[in-house]
Amino acid sequence: MAEKVLMKGNEALAEAAIRAGCHHFFGYPITPQTELAAYMAKRMPQVGGTYLQAESELAAVNMVLGAASAGVRAMTSSSSPGVSLKGEGISYMAGSDLPALIINVQRGGPGLGGIQPSQADYWQATKAGGHGDFQVLVFAPSTVQEMVDLVSDAFDTADKYRMPAMILADGMLGQMMEPVVLPEVGEKRPVEKPWAANGHQDRRFHNVINSLYLTPEKLEDLVLARYERYKVIEATEQRAEEYLTEDAELVVVAYGASARVARSAVNKAREQGKKVGLIRPITLWPFPKDTLKAAAAHVRKMLTVEMSMGQMVDDVRLAVECAIPVEFFGRTGGIIPTPAEVLGQIDRMLTE
Amino acid sequence: MKDLNIVFAGFGGQGVLFAGKVTAYAGLLAGKELSWLPSYGPEMRGGTANCSVCISDEPIGSPLVTAPNVLVAMNLPSLDKFISAVEPGGLVLIDSTLIDKQVDRTDLSVFELPATALAEEQGLRGLSNMILVGKLFQQACIGSAPTAFCTEEILDQAMQKCIPARRAAMLDLNRKAVSLGAHL
Amino acid sequence: MAIVFQKPHALTDAPLHYCPGCTHGIVHRLVAQALDELGIEGRTVGVASVGCSVMSYDYFACDMVEAPHGRAQAVATGLKRALPDRVIFTYQGDGDLAAIGTAETVHAATRGENITVIFINNAIYGMTGGQMAPTSLPGQVTQTTPYGRDTNTAGYPVRVCELLSTLDGVAFAQRVTVDSVKNVNIVCQAIKKAFQNQLDGKGYSIVEVLSTCPTNWGLSPVEALDWLRDNMLPYYPLGVYKDVEGGVKK
Repeated sequence: MAEKVLMKGNEALAEAAIRAGCHHFFGYPITPQTELAAYMAKRMPQVGGTYLQAESELAAVNMVLGAASAGVRAMTSSSSPGVSLKGEGISYMAGSDLPALIINVQRGGPGLGGIQPSQADYWQATKAGGHGDFQVLVFAPSTVQEMVDLVSDAFDTADKYRMPAMILADGMLGQMMEPVVLPEVGEKRPVEKPWAANGHQDRRFHNVINSLYLTPEKLEDLVLARYERYKVIEATEQRAEEYLTEDAELVVVAYGASARVARSAVNKAREQGKKVGLIRPITLWPFPKDTLKAAAAHVRKMLTVEMSMGQMVDDVRLAVECAIPVEFFGRTGGIIPTPAEVLGQIDRMLTE
Repeated sequence: MKDLNIVFAGFGGQGVLFAGKVTAYAGLLAGKELSWLPSYGPEMRGGTANCSVCISDEPIGSPLVTAPNVLVAMNLPSLDKFISAVEPGGLVLIDSTLIDKQVDRTDLSVFELPATALAEEQGLRGLSNMILVGKLFQQACIGSAPTAFCTEEILDQAMQKCIPARRAAMLDLNRKAVSLGAHL
Repeated sequence: MAIVFQKPHALTDAPLHYCPGCTHGIVHRLVAQALDELGIEGRTVGVASVGCSVMSYDYFACDMVEAPHGRAQAVATGLKRALPDRVIFTYQGDGDLAAIGTAETVHAATRGENITVIFINNAIYGMTGGQMAPTSLPGQVTQTTPYGRDTNTAGYPVRVCELLSTLDGVAFAQRVTVDSVKNVNIVCQAIKKAFQNQLDGKGYSIVEVLSTCPTNWGLSPVEALDWLRDNMLPYYPLGVYKDVEGGVKK
């Protein structure tokens, strides 16, 4: 097994991307993801890749669009306010069926908000990444090791379905260090991309990467075809971790950094003999509805914990189809909830 | 081992993040679960800085330490900010050169070390952080403490990991500082 | 029978949608001709932009990418960095290049991206129906300057070649027009040079083509050419604004 090293989440994301064959990074500085860009600036020249500090988030995401059109693995990273600007390129990439990776190391909002960790971009990532009918794949790591693993999965899944993927992290995960084992380089073969706009070499008709369709019927057909693909993804790509749920009366639902806090609270509750478990969505789109629905059959209540005013809780309620009560607890503005606060909510719900 | 939840806190530039990193690396080399979480943002450049380090046999839940069982305080604002959060029975290490205040809690083990003054005297300017790390390891990380998880050799390897080879001269100064702290 | 004139290979058979008298068609042909003459169609990727020329991706026979409004040169940058041995060009109007895409233009230019930019300046927004462009002339009546462009409130036109020629990253900037056979021949040379520069690794090359928009100017095609000569040429003098001979960008 490869050596365990201590890495910051932001740097681990960058190294994992390079090892997943991404040699084209376009970004713009913003706290708390800047280490990612700085790491890329150092490493890309060593692997013959591109690090380009763009003039804006808009330019960066559209450089990614260009590189993705050429058929290479390309990515950009930012934090909440910057991701809002990337919404344009994300929509265009979705509409042009381009695979690429966008990383959001979330911070508090709205507006300039703050720079401390947040999960208030859940709706943006899963429902409103830009204008139009579309989805992006959304992966939510909760450890630095999982950040490494999911970068590779995100690129693979994006290539498989020809659509953008997002890693939805937060300032806590980006800034913290944990031991990680990095994958070997070149374990995977590059994916064939016969659709790429890379010069037809007089061997085929021209390829066109485009999202404009002025005939409504044509556009509707294309969106419908895309939604057929989304159905396959929803059926096959849902991922969640279940922790101590078998006998649980109450299940906490949390992702990313909140899931770590929730896990600590669940452990404390178990020490006190309370039957509490955790479901941790790993994919936020597709949302792991099946896991939640199955759990609702034997769980009395659910508690969603987020670093927001309550966004994922909507999807949890939809997933359990109102079969059981789903409550919400969260802190926002850059505040990380404490395990004690979550435990307090668990205690209250168990006694009610 | 009993879980170690440490807060290192001080001014930006005192090396609190580095002290935490050495501790975290010792955890890694000892085969433990661990996390290192810094405060970040403008306060890193001149204001107060701190980091949370968790070391455990079990996977780390929240890496943000809100109730430390060890506090390393390198200035007064940091002591004031964190002292009331320390768990009863916890260990508190204070740089008494910069903190002219007694801890009024009686349920803690408090060590007041004139780390900054000692560093100046011993030609270890800028290494008061590692003097405190020396004491921290001697008290809580090595030997028979319930939170002990490593050895002197592992601490030495951790310093080697954290100091780049091109700054080898710094390694010996760090070793000296750690040894000084451990024998206070 | 000898063929004396034919459609360039680098244009597809798709019928152009442009209005009668619009000069986009001429410029399309000249770009395609340059690709033919240099023998580079198969290794060229073009970037279409938002505006009247948005569907140029159907007309150019090389591979094409349609960019978001204003972002053509960012998209071209991504393409060129991913495919350094391919030829990358953008085809943009004045709204795309000099209003919503000004930042992308200036920064691609100052980075000296080794790309070719074909810039159509017709002093108006064509596709959306005749609104003021960043290059609309002082006093020019448009749908959104119904009393004429008032420089007190709407500011002055942007002179793109003059602006970009101050940047160290720019290898070549020339303003041309297609109002006459003589000038069309000059455009032909300028576009070919802008592509040759890229092949030679010289860096950013831009050709600004002063063009007509008879429909939105409310003029016949012939009157439109006269209007261009009488009004645009004095404000936008033709000529080579920058030409870094011999310089090769790494």
